[in-house]
Amino acid sequence: MNLRMGAAVAALAGLFVSAYLWLYKMGAIGTLACGTGGCETVQLSPQSRFLGVEVAAIGAVGYALLLGLTLASLQPRWASSRRLLQVIAFLSGGAVLFTLYLKYLELFVIHAICRWCVGSAILIVVFFTLILLELRRVRRQST
Amino acid sequence: MAEPSPMKRFYALFGLIAAAGVGFLIWQMNKASTPAVPVQVAVQPADTAGFEGYSLGSDSARVVITEYADYQCPACQQFATVEWPYVRERLVQTGRVRWVFRDFPLSQHQWSRLAAHSAACADEQGKFWEYADAIFAAQPEWSTSRDAGKIFRQQIEKVGLNAGTWDQCMTSLKFAGRIQGSADEGVRAGVGSTPSFVIGGRIYAGVLAYDKIKALVDSLSRAP
Repeated sequence: MNLRMGAAVAALAGLFVSAYLWLYKMGAIGTLACGTGGCETVQLSPQSRFLGVEVAAIGAVGYALLLGLTLASLQPRWASSRRLLQVIAFLSGGAVLFTLYLKYLELFVIHAICRWCVGSAILIVVFFTLILLELRRVRRQST
Repeated sequence: MAEPSPMKRFYALFGLIAAAGVGFLIWQMNKASTPAVPVQVAVQPADTAGFEGYSLGSDSARVVITEYADYQCPACQQFATVEWPYVRERLVQTGRVRWVFRDFPLSQHQWSRLAAHSAACADEQGKFWEYADAIFAAQPEWSTSRDAGKIFRQQIEKVGLNAGTWDQCMTSLKFAGRIQGSADEGVRAGVGSTPSFVIGGRIYAGVLAYDKIKALVDSLSRAP
């Protein structure tokens, strides 16, 4: 499995994590499988919304976008396109920064840790790293 | 036979993960999230020790009104949303009446005990009255729901409860005995329907309008 395939799997997993949290916020899921109760504390805090939009919804849309772009980059037509990879790297870099901000909120404002959010943070970092490695590989190949 | 291409293998794995993820979400959505509050639970002395209902208002109020109510009863909801705000503002908050709310879950209502338990868990965090108002207001929504627990849980955000503490309380079912004890107390007092109000030692069954309650309070306040 190449790096892009790995990134696509990470984005898919992230999409499910975000969708799970979003469904919870919409009331479609009763209790989060969390164990500590920290997930609910985080999800029900005022910080679970960013500029009036559910953070989980932002995550789901973001992961769906990254997944779609990564799957597109796997197609022969886009396989050698550095531009598309750069766009994915730019977007996922922004997602990593946003995730860092959310981790700051969890640790220092809400004072609770949501395991699912930690899972999502790990997935976006893995995704970003794989895309950077792939970008470097493509650059080396073209030089 | 030719080896499947890496892309085909990837799509197969991708499809498997996607199916597992969708399956997990569907399972989570259909999973009952609601603990069942036992009916006719044996009431232990410790369940009711020191508890005489949820009390609001001045201890020195001349009139004490005890309301026996069921969260799923439409008449109780009508009282809670239409009359109670006036009663609270004009009679309780002015110090004329101390109001006592007691659970009287009716057996025909599927979610009454769960609602009562969720309110007891809100009371642990000092937000009983706010939470009771919220679930009465949302009654049309959860009353016919397959999983009212989800809707009760949504109210905790509105009221500002700590979700983890509330969850632990709900899972423990520690107030099941107290709710039964409250219902038993109502039966002993002669309550047979909801809402019922005990005012000046007499039981008034059915929704009481604010004006009627005020007239009774005026009358009892004048009594020597």
